[in-house]
Amino acid sequence: MPHQYPEPANKISLWAILLTFLKVGTLTFGGGFAMLPIIYRETVERNNWVDNQTFSDILIITQSMPGQIALNSSIQVGIRLRGTVGGLVAALGVTLPSVLILMAIAAYFYPQFKDNVYVEAAFYGLRPAVVALIAASAVRIGRQILLGWNGVILCAVLLITAIITNVHPILIMVAGGLAGLVICKGTNRR
Amino acid sequence: MITILLTLYWSFLKIGLFSIGGGYAMIPLMEAELITIHGWMSASEFLDLIAIAEATPGPVSVNAATFAGYRLAGVAGALTATLGIITPSLVLLLILSRLLLRATQNPRAENFLNGLRSALVALILLASFTLGRSAILDLPTALVFGGLLVFSIWKNISPLFFIIAGAVLGLLLFPY
Repeated sequence: MPHQYPEPANKISLWAILLTFLKVGTLTFGGGFAMLPIIYRETVERNNWVDNQTFSDILIITQSMPGQIALNSSIQVGIRLRGTVGGLVAALGVTLPSVLILMAIAAYFYPQFKDNVYVEAAFYGLRPAVVALIAASAVRIGRQILLGWNGVILCAVLLITAIITNVHPILIMVAGGLAGLVICKGTNRR
Repeated sequence: MITILLTLYWSFLKIGLFSIGGGYAMIPLMEAELITIHGWMSASEFLDLIAIAEATPGPVSVNAATFAGYRLAGVAGALTATLGIITPSLVLLLILSRLLLRATQNPRAENFLNGLRSALVALILLASFTLGRSAILDLPTALVFGGLLVFSIWKNISPLFFIIAGAVLGLLLFPY
């Protein structure tokens, strides 16, 4: 259960947790990995809430579980500070600014400006830029993972399967994970 | 109304639950749920959504969920979609954190994740190809795409750089 971590000597107030993560949610751009340095600065350097070792443990769990990197690390810091309630408060803090800002954009700015010629021009360049961003993330994951022939062949087989069958991406991901278990059997034993 | 909210919740729950392995794991899932299965938006609206989610503060997928949810079902839709995408993180971390810690230390979990990442490379490449067809329309857009991709392979640039460069180049190159 979540109460496996020793509580810090002086209990940190839920308000402090909420305010810190509201700040993280408001000031960080780019999401995911781009948010980590700010979460590190706020929780390790500025507030001394968790130490370096704990923060790197948090990152290991974050990267091998479902969900968003910034959200998962924030929840884990909250849990370590104040248990379940701390985790919920951290999640609320990091999410609330997004919800308010994006609802405001969707409700007022987007309908008003989407037919403006300059906004249209900006999106004309933004769309291929976003496709480049997405493709670059495939390259980044590929660099880490496609070193051996196993990974390359698996990737090619799954790509062809995805194109031909058009099944839900979840099935392709599960198939990849199961193939990983079979292929790596015995080669990666510690 | 209730039906669309339940559908939204379930869609974003799936997106949250299977965004594993880092990078833009959520992109192929969102594309499948929002465009292919439910037909809630077109490919170019989807790219606009991601651009807006990147250009605003906070986690990109939470931003995308809020924006998409609002466009489909107003404030209730925004809250429902956001709740859907963060539910898996909350449940797994608050209820199963000890189990999760043990699971991530198992070498088999690493093998599973490596296989899953191979699948992600395939899915994200495929998504950038299908989405690219509605974004790369002429020489200027092809240059923006190619230039940024090559530059990002050469130098490690932040997502925000892509967004600022894309908007500036769009304003300069758009055939007014």
